[in-house]
Amino acid sequence: MLFLSPLARLLPALASMLASALIAATAFAADLPALVGSLTVGSFGDRETAIGALAASGEQRAAPILEALAAGQLYVRKADNLVLIGKRDGNQLELSEAISGKAAGTGSEADLDRVRVNNRLRGIIEAAIGALTLMSPDARVRRGAAEALFKRRDASSLAALDLALAAEKDPRIKRSMSEARAASVLASDAPAAQKLEAIALVRERADRDSLGVLQATASQATDPEVKAAATAGADAVRQSLAAWEVAQNVWYGISLGSVLLLAAIGLAITFGTMGVINMAHGEMVMLGAYTTFVVQEVIRTSAPHLFDASLLIALPLAFVVAGGIGILIERGIIRFLYGRPLDTLLATWGLSLVLQQAVRSIFGSSNREVGAPSWMSGAFQVGQINVTYGRLWIVVFSLIVFVALIALLRKTPMGLYMRAVTQNRPMASAMGIRTPRVDALTFGLGSGIAGLAGVALSQIDNVSPNLGQGYIIDSFMVVVFGGVGNLFGTLIGALTLGVVNKFLEPYAGAVLGKILVLVFIILFIQRRPRGLFALKGRSVE
Amino acid sequence: MNLGSMMRTGLVAAGLLAGATGSAFAQGAPIKVGILHSLSGTMAISETTLKDVMLMLIEEQNKKGGVLGRKLEAVVVDPASNWPLFAEKARELLQKDKVAAVFGCWTSVSRKSVLPVFEELNGILFYPVQYEGEESSRNVFYTGAAPNQQAIPAVDYLMANEKVQRWVLAGTDYVYPRTTNKILEAYLKLKGVKQEDILINYTPFGHSDWQSIVADIKKFGSAGKKTAVVSTINGDANVPFYKELGNQGIKAKDIPVVAFSVGEEELAGIDTKPLIGHLAAWNYFQSVKNPTNEAFIKTWQTFTKNPKRVTNDPMEAHVIGFAMWIEAVKKAGTTDPDAVIDAMIGIAVPNLTGGLSAMMPNHHITKPVLIGEIQGNGQFDVVSATPLVIGDEWSDYLPDSKDLIADWRKPMNCGNFNVVTGKCGGKGK
Repeated sequence: MLFLSPLARLLPALASMLASALIAATAFAADLPALVGSLTVGSFGDRETAIGALAASGEQRAAPILEALAAGQLYVRKADNLVLIGKRDGNQLELSEAISGKAAGTGSEADLDRVRVNNRLRGIIEAAIGALTLMSPDARVRRGAAEALFKRRDASSLAALDLALAAEKDPRIKRSMSEARAASVLASDAPAAQKLEAIALVRERADRDSLGVLQATASQATDPEVKAAATAGADAVRQSLAAWEVAQNVWYGISLGSVLLLAAIGLAITFGTMGVINMAHGEMVMLGAYTTFVVQEVIRTSAPHLFDASLLIALPLAFVVAGGIGILIERGIIRFLYGRPLDTLLATWGLSLVLQQAVRSIFGSSNREVGAPSWMSGAFQVGQINVTYGRLWIVVFSLIVFVALIALLRKTPMGLYMRAVTQNRPMASAMGIRTPRVDALTFGLGSGIAGLAGVALSQIDNVSPNLGQGYIIDSFMVVVFGGVGNLFGTLIGALTLGVVNKFLEPYAGAVLGKILVLVFIILFIQRRPRGLFALKGRSVE
Repeated sequence: MNLGSMMRTGLVAAGLLAGATGSAFAQGAPIKVGILHSLSGTMAISETTLKDVMLMLIEEQNKKGGVLGRKLEAVVVDPASNWPLFAEKARELLQKDKVAAVFGCWTSVSRKSVLPVFEELNGILFYPVQYEGEESSRNVFYTGAAPNQQAIPAVDYLMANEKVQRWVLAGTDYVYPRTTNKILEAYLKLKGVKQEDILINYTPFGHSDWQSIVADIKKFGSAGKKTAVVSTINGDANVPFYKELGNQGIKAKDIPVVAFSVGEEELAGIDTKPLIGHLAAWNYFQSVKNPTNEAFIKTWQTFTKNPKRVTNDPMEAHVIGFAMWIEAVKKAGTTDPDAVIDAMIGIAVPNLTGGLSAMMPNHHITKPVLIGEIQGNGQFDVVSATPLVIGDEWSDYLPDSKDLIADWRKPMNCGNFNVVTGKCGGKGK
């Protein structure tokens, strides 16, 4: 591979970059078209050999071809067997010649044969591209290449890594490269001393991938010293990961808790302060989610550039739609049933079925796709915890809704009326408050907040007619557990249940975990019938 | 002439007209075909499509003149995803409507619930969904995959092609995943996989918070051995599961997930770009290229008036089942259940993947097993296809059922014949 052919010396363009010239030299000796041609024939196994040969050629031009292959964009034209790269452009493919990169017009998939890849090939290609792009001028590409090679841990990439390490200036990338080199050393038949050094280096990384490398070494090593060092290293990494795992469970618990809070907080108003058992609460959540879907559909067809703002546009609309339907329900059904909890329960349950079926008839029974705006996609690392932006925003959003609701109840005249009516209806009425109007608005507020929850839940759950059903039981649990009529209780209740659930899940499994939480709540309610934070004073009765 | 008599005259005229045109093709009363799929409730998402495909098939058959010179008439009922209601509706179809055959059910619970009704009233049921096996009834024809037509080949593929050594068996907590995982566990151990390299995880129906389970899978996958997830997660829970996989950055090339309940229809609700390379095992994919399939997709999209409507594996099962039933009725010359059941065995009809599927004496059919990788457009790219495989009703890998076979031909006529004791009536049912 390091053989310098006389031909390369004559090429002035390559002479300027000595390192790439070293790699590229042999590529001219090998025949690129023949190598590319061999990519497109035979079984997956044959293709694997061909990819290996292409990577070993060290040819820079091979990288885009391999990338296209991994992305399923490499085609062979049926008419003349020419290998092409095709990028989708509407119904047509925009073609370019794979080897020369020249544009080759457009074509349709019917005239082309796509070169097929599977997972295994994709992994091999990634490592091969890694070896080819270690010398890339782009720092991010170099870093990605090093990471890919670390995961691949293939002895054959050692030579390329050594070469790249010698040329690398950036200390962080240098570090990644030496880690990748260590992983490759562990997979090779290098002497034990080198392997021990490599183990020490990998151990410092202390993440899941390094644990994989160490465990693989521990199980495969023949040298007892290497085996012992790898086992000790794996144990140390595992221990540090265990601490992170606790933190991770807390985060997952908070995240689940925030979802429960969003679903339950509207119910805390209608059930908590008004005492209405509203079984159709989940359907208000569902309506909010479908509002988001409709908003996104409209945006997709008429103003695609607004897509990132779709959720912000959907929020007020979902509040109005769900809140409006809530007011209709209160005026149409529930106001006739005050003081008759069993009738309310049955009526609202029937209503939930009606709403579900209505949505099913309008939108169809299959799931609807609600996309995530760019600021809600992706994830970032905090230590060893993977935090997704979507979940983070839902936690933030649920807290904003909570604070806004508290402020509304405490600081506005409307909030004052609501509290007055729920605490003492005849007295409030005597003071000139129109209690039926306040009832309708309170119910509308609770339903509207459920609509807001629907916007958030459309990001993590199915948007289907059954969306609400999954949340109704949990919401009641949260409200009862937290203390009926107390918003802070709902907050604490939701977060507690979320965290407890997430700590139980790894040990007891999801099914048993749920049962245990239910049993815990039943026992808790036996001891404290009014929940965590009971309202005190005369208003309770 | 008042309104009432006008209407009456109109009706008579319409009746005469219908009779006149009808008699040109068909004689006598139409043959009734029952469709027993949930149109509301949790399973409506999957089953409504099957009702539509049956209506389409019946319409197409009627265009060809029906069968035995008689038109077909669909009788649609809605068991509303409610298992006991399935039994009630099945009874209604057989006793009140006197249907000649029923096409229906999705979940195994619903099939188990209607089974006694079909056996008691001697009806015929075509069951189109992949299932856990361990059953063979004289009155049921299983056109979906048995475990050896889906689960076992998928595991074989991962072992051979992706060199997987560590397995997560994740499923929804009910009978199909539990039985399938039991069979898979036994099979993996037979192949030399150690207990510590198998992780089994069950979640409730409609589970939506996958964060810690996906983290668990990630943890299990970092043991330095290639890991794969075999997913029998059902229905709605799949969407948040795949979303979470994408969120936590689990790529198919690190930990591939092979699913047995995720098809084109389920993927319609998600952005599949982060899922490229995850796998599914079925007997049919919409992306299979051949003239029969292309014609079927075109008819389906015209029928549903939706040029983007997808097709999936259970639909193909109904296509095969319906074609077989038509052939059997023609062969028997009657719709009498006993004659049709006897005529069914040995009938072979073209499937949509370019081969012939035949009804075997155990009431299961022959199908090819296809492994597909998810593409960015919500379709599957077939990476492996087997020749025709015969559905094995009693798994060879479970101690209770390995000695049992089913053969509904005379003289054996038994759904659970024990080859060791030589008696009909082994364990299980």
